[in-house]
Amino acid sequence: MGIRFVLLVNKQGQTRLAQYYAEHLTLDERRALEGEIVRKCLARTDQQCSFVEHRNYKIVYRRYASLFFLVGVDNDENELAILEFIHLFVETMDRHFGNVCELDIMFHLEKAHFMLEEMVMNGCIVETSKSNILMPIQLMDKAS
Amino acid sequence: MEQLKTIGRELAIGSHGGWGQSKEFLDLVKSIGEARSKAEEDRIILREVESLRRRIAEPDVPRRKMKEYIIRLVYAEMLGHDASFGYIHAVKMTHDDALPLKRTGYLAVTLFLSEDHDLIILIVNTIQKDLRSDNYLVVCAALAAVCKLINEETIPAVLPQVVDLLAHPKEAVRKKAVMALHRFYRRSPASVSHLRLCDNDPGVMGATLCPLFDLICADVNSYKDLVISFVGILKQVAERRLPKTYDYHQIAAPFIQIKLLKILALLGSGDKQASGHMYTVLGDIFRKCEQSSNIGNAVLYESICCVSSIYPNAKLLEAAAEATSNHNLKYMGVDALGRLIRINPDIAEEHQLAVIDCLEDPDDTLKRKTFELLYKMTKSTNVEVIVDRMIEYMINISDNHYKTEIASRCVELAEQFAPTNEWFIQTMNKVFEHAGDLVNVRVAHNLMRLIAEGFGEDDEGAESQLRSSAVDSYLRILAEPKLPSLFLQVICWVLGEYGTADGKYPAAYIIGKLCDVTEALLCDDTVKAYAISAILKICAFEIAEGRRVEMLPECQSLIDESSTSHSTDLQQRAYELQALLCLESQAVESVMPLDASCEDIEIDKNLTFLKDFVQQSIENGARPYIPESERSGMSNVSNFKSQYQHEASIHMLRFEAYELPRPSPAHVIPQVSVPTPIADLFPVPETTYNSETSQASKLPSVAGASSAAHGIKLHLDGVQRRWGKPTYSSSSGPSSTTSTEKTTNGVTHIDGVGSQSRDKLNESRRKQPEVSAEKQKLAASLFGGSAGKTEKKATSTQRAPKGNTRNAERPGAARSRSPEISKEKAAPSVPDLLDLGEPNPTSTTIVDPFKQLEGLVGPTPMPSPLDNSVKTSGFETPDLMAAAYTDLPPSGSSSGSLSSTTGDMYSADKTSNTATSVPSIKKGPFPQDSLRKDARARQVGVTPTGNNPNLNKIQVLFLFNRKIKVIIHILDKITLFKNTFWNHHFVYG
Repeated sequence: MGIRFVLLVNKQGQTRLAQYYAEHLTLDERRALEGEIVRKCLARTDQQCSFVEHRNYKIVYRRYASLFFLVGVDNDENELAILEFIHLFVETMDRHFGNVCELDIMFHLEKAHFMLEEMVMNGCIVETSKSNILMPIQLMDKAS
Repeated sequence: MEQLKTIGRELAIGSHGGWGQSKEFLDLVKSIGEARSKAEEDRIILREVESLRRRIAEPDVPRRKMKEYIIRLVYAEMLGHDASFGYIHAVKMTHDDALPLKRTGYLAVTLFLSEDHDLIILIVNTIQKDLRSDNYLVVCAALAAVCKLINEETIPAVLPQVVDLLAHPKEAVRKKAVMALHRFYRRSPASVSHLRLCDNDPGVMGATLCPLFDLICADVNSYKDLVISFVGILKQVAERRLPKTYDYHQIAAPFIQIKLLKILALLGSGDKQASGHMYTVLGDIFRKCEQSSNIGNAVLYESICCVSSIYPNAKLLEAAAEATSNHNLKYMGVDALGRLIRINPDIAEEHQLAVIDCLEDPDDTLKRKTFELLYKMTKSTNVEVIVDRMIEYMINISDNHYKTEIASRCVELAEQFAPTNEWFIQTMNKVFEHAGDLVNVRVAHNLMRLIAEGFGEDDEGAESQLRSSAVDSYLRILAEPKLPSLFLQVICWVLGEYGTADGKYPAAYIIGKLCDVTEALLCDDTVKAYAISAILKICAFEIAEGRRVEMLPECQSLIDESSTSHSTDLQQRAYELQALLCLESQAVESVMPLDASCEDIEIDKNLTFLKDFVQQSIENGARPYIPESERSGMSNVSNFKSQYQHEASIHMLRFEAYELPRPSPAHVIPQVSVPTPIADLFPVPETTYNSETSQASKLPSVAGASSAAHGIKLHLDGVQRRWGKPTYSSSSGPSSTTSTEKTTNGVTHIDGVGSQSRDKLNESRRKQPEVSAEKQKLAASLFGGSAGKTEKKATSTQRAPKGNTRNAERPGAARSRSPEISKEKAAPSVPDLLDLGEPNPTSTTIVDPFKQLEGLVGPTPMPSPLDNSVKTSGFETPDLMAAAYTDLPPSGSSSGSLSSTTGDMYSADKTSNTATSVPSIKKGPFPQDSLRKDARARQVGVTPTGNNPNLNKIQVLFLFNRKIKVIIHILDKITLFKNTFWNHHFVYG
């Protein structure tokens, strides 16, 4: 399957973006899962590696200022590649918003989703060229 | 400062006006952002949901406003509040003509709805319309929705359109269409048959790899023809022929490279020809890979995975080993090592200190990975350290899922490599104590059996010592307040069988303890049953000795309570106990003989005593018996087989092929031949037999082939000794030289050398702790000390003649020597024959195999057939694995015959014998070769405990027979004197 979910959480543990690929979870399931994961990852220090095992899969996380990017992946996934995928996502948002921050994502939640939609489909990384990812979004902005 | 910054940003966003967001929305986001607690956030959202519920239903909401409402709904759901009242509005928004609104509608719908939601049916229509749109962005939006919302039933509604879109002029559309098909394939593999395509656009190509990966996972063989194209693509990517936009941190399209490497790993696994195509490009990647960036390492790691998965190539492995060297890298490094050592165990030695660092790292994730690595590289030389570490770690974790895993691994390793029985029992005690409820029942039975059967046939003293130490430790452990039920069962059984055996404890004391057990809070019926049986045994032994049994009041109350218990099993046991107390001593002695648990029960497999009866019945007109297999085909058998294999896979005990043991009159203890009737209860003989033959044909393992030919001759008595002692174990380095070499040397002096090498082993174990730094100590115990390679080589050559003279002096007599004496004799030099020929890959490639052969042939006369097999392996050294494949069966079988004829199979000894007498070959291709065979064997699941795969199998056979014995013993006790019942039953069953 590859990527199971992408989760953006700030350092208070508040969700800023959530996208699930594996299966559709109910509200309660999502709440429980996010709570568990966030508690697990936020408790870790800089001295620890960016991978955490959880249930039967792994979470790769990366922190940017106040925002944590958590990606749940299957066990056969290449962790380092996912780590860099997170960075690619951030770089892409950075190029679009210019010096992206938590509030940018909050104010333009749908855009962040659109970018992710271009990059990941069915839990697989399908597009990694920033210009290809951003083109539809820029065209859409122009059209409106 | 931070606040100022935030305000600044807000102003900036506010001035953005063009983004078209209302003040309300900005306020909402701001207040959510400023919420300091979950409760505050919840309040804000609940208020928001209430106002939305009102306003979204108002007529004539402007479309732009509606889009904002929908996004606010998304917020509500994201933060965990139900917004289902707005779903329908999101669905409506997908109808909108304006692209941003339509896409937002689709986004909201995909976030809100599961694929089985009722509203989906309303969207399918819209999707169909949008897939026909002229605006390719609309088509893309629809395809993105398809990837999330279409379920198995709705696939046919959009499939034709999606397939048409595969030829769309816009690459973005083609890409998404491919992914839509990917989704269809996952939902319903049968519905998709269009997935083989190539595309000029790298983006589409990259996306196509995703479904292809899935397809290849499902069926490798039908995609073998694509190997060359994949290799070609990978080559192009690595040569930077893709557009610059795919570069990431100076690496060319790393994500595509990784995906390709994953695919190649699948395609090349176990396929020499396919792998051959990949070597060049993989070598290029290793060379070009940059290790300074994460992504470079990601690609590198993936190539290591690929190299370890495909058909091995020495050069590539070397490159991979070199590449394995910050926290994340440690993690990946440990994982990569784990993959590599499966192929060549020696690689890990170079990284030992790094591995130990990881083990001591405060990071839990790293620790786990490291334990996984250690688990893979456990051998008998380091099992104690590793298992101790594992248990220590196990005690400290609370995660039951992982605890179970670690516990079962401890047990598995202890069973495979236990150096002594005491150690095994103590380790098991620890495991039970700390994870008792999580381990398999079978483990408990193994432990009981081990205590019952002890060391072996001729060492009664050690056996009883073992038992009394077990009894001692259990009496001590019983003081603990809370023990797992399974562990209590073991304790009860052992106390019942051996509690009074050494006369150290009076019967009343043991019985008292057993009664205490039953009074504990957590005591369940099974434990009670065990306890009552134990009391029964002790009473029986006492009566048989002619002593009077005083019934303790608490014991009496236990019996009274049990005889009115709800459990019929408990009742029966209680009544049996009462009945037994009334019997006279002679009767008691024959009903409950002392220490009868390992007595073998002779079972007339052919049921000859029924012949007359059957004959008579047939004469009287009864139908003759038709074997079950003929009656109902083989279905039952295959059931058993799968069941059995399943069991095997759970326990991780690998049952290798062996000949069905035939009860031979020559032995004192014939293997218990299981009567066919019991097949019902224990799907044993036929099933293993079946699975084993099929395995043997599949796997080129020595074990299978040799045992098939020689299993009959194997003596269980010989094997039993094997269980505990460190001798057979040295699997490190070249001592795993295989049977080919073993056979070259005469068989005569085996025993002498055996003890010698064993002593050295002991000594090396004792020596290692003296190294100063603690880490080095640990490293030494884990890796067998690779520090002084040169020194070792020198010593080993020096020792060679000495070893030989000693052989001549004391043929076969040395086995019983005490370790003290041997320590003196075994020279002060550092260990060990074990490590001597650490195969050096570079030298291997240069050395002429024929010269090595000469060296081999020289000193020792060789029986001709063996000579043959040696030669073949010599010739094929350039292609090591092929040698391993072709050579194994003959060489294995020859060694099997040798060992079985001597009845004594210290394989390690033979190896060391060869090594000492022919020191010149230790660097040659053979150790390397054999190592690979060893590795191969590991890969295919033999996991040799020592260097002789036979051993492993024999041990298994042995375990297996013990198991049957115990089961039969229990059965026997239950059905005392009732044998005829099931005989009868099965004859006519």
